[in-house]
Amino acid sequence: MNETKQAMKSAFTLTIPIMCGYLFLGAGFGVLLAKSGYPFYWATFSAMTVYSGSMQYVEVDLLRGAFDLLTAVIMTVAVNVRHVFYGLSLIDKYKDLGAYKLYCIFGLTDETYSLMCMKTPEYIRNKNKFYFFITLFDHLYWITGCTLGAVIGQYIDFNAKGIDFVMTALFFVIFIEQWESTKVHIPALIGVFGSLLCLVLFRIFVQGGSQFFLIPAMAIVFLSLTLGKKPIERRLSR
Amino acid sequence: MTQNIWQSIVTILVIAVVTLFLRGFPFLLFSGSRPVPKFITYMGKVLPFAIIGILIVYCLKDVNVTGGSYGLPELISLTAVLILHKLKHNILISVGVGTLLYMLLVQLVFVY
Repeated sequence: MNETKQAMKSAFTLTIPIMCGYLFLGAGFGVLLAKSGYPFYWATFSAMTVYSGSMQYVEVDLLRGAFDLLTAVIMTVAVNVRHVFYGLSLIDKYKDLGAYKLYCIFGLTDETYSLMCMKTPEYIRNKNKFYFFITLFDHLYWITGCTLGAVIGQYIDFNAKGIDFVMTALFFVIFIEQWESTKVHIPALIGVFGSLLCLVLFRIFVQGGSQFFLIPAMAIVFLSLTLGKKPIERRLSR
Repeated sequence: MTQNIWQSIVTILVIAVVTLFLRGFPFLLFSGSRPVPKFITYMGKVLPFAIIGILIVYCLKDVNVTGGSYGLPELISLTAVLILHKLKHNILISVGVGTLLYMLLVQLVFVY
């Protein structure tokens, strides 16, 4: 098998859970946009250019309102600023991507990022192509899901309640894999308990607080990792 | 449609450009031949572990633990995922069975 084929095949197997998730979550968006009076190709267009799940749901709200670019910018920053942290941890992994780099950065969704967080299998001969195909396949699933939702979503009655759990399960599996890959569990624990603490505080003290806890959670976790740099690094080098 | 075609196109493109900018910002900051600062190398090592933890909590953010289903569908399904993954170490099986189980639970057992 040549290296391109190998990269393609491995990337496809790895992205199957995301295919399930994206087809349905994308379809949800497609239905919503179609209901707002937009022909189906608008869903395709959004999926191709924006390619951000949570933001496209907000986009439907924005399109329903008056034309207001400042609000669009502010909302996008609020919803997607977490992505800054993703890039920060991929500087090294993405440094030799060459022609694929811009596209892989463009396609850095939560789910694609979570796959990038896994250790790249040793047998992959061309890692750059592997990263590229993961990004490309995920994007294609999303475009397909959004488009199908807008075209046929309204006519199909299928109880997909709970399908979004596929992402939770995927993140959890990656968490388990990561846990087994290292003896240093402090960063993982900081992530879980830092955000849990933030979530509990926001749910108690802020009306509808669970909507807003993510960015403070990222900040707290980032700060904790910064303060714990010395002891964590000492354990990492053992 | 409240906005006309051009307004809609511009709105979507603005969202797309801002999203791309946020995703690319760190790469803009640390591009070129300058060596990557040690602090960033360190973050590159530890952040992926922490962020996956955050994303799990984020997925579960609206689970009702004080009423309703008391978070039982989530607890049962995630336990199943953990056991399956420890036994088989196959991502597709763990995620697939876990999700199916969850869908069955919320559609048939914990119906509110």
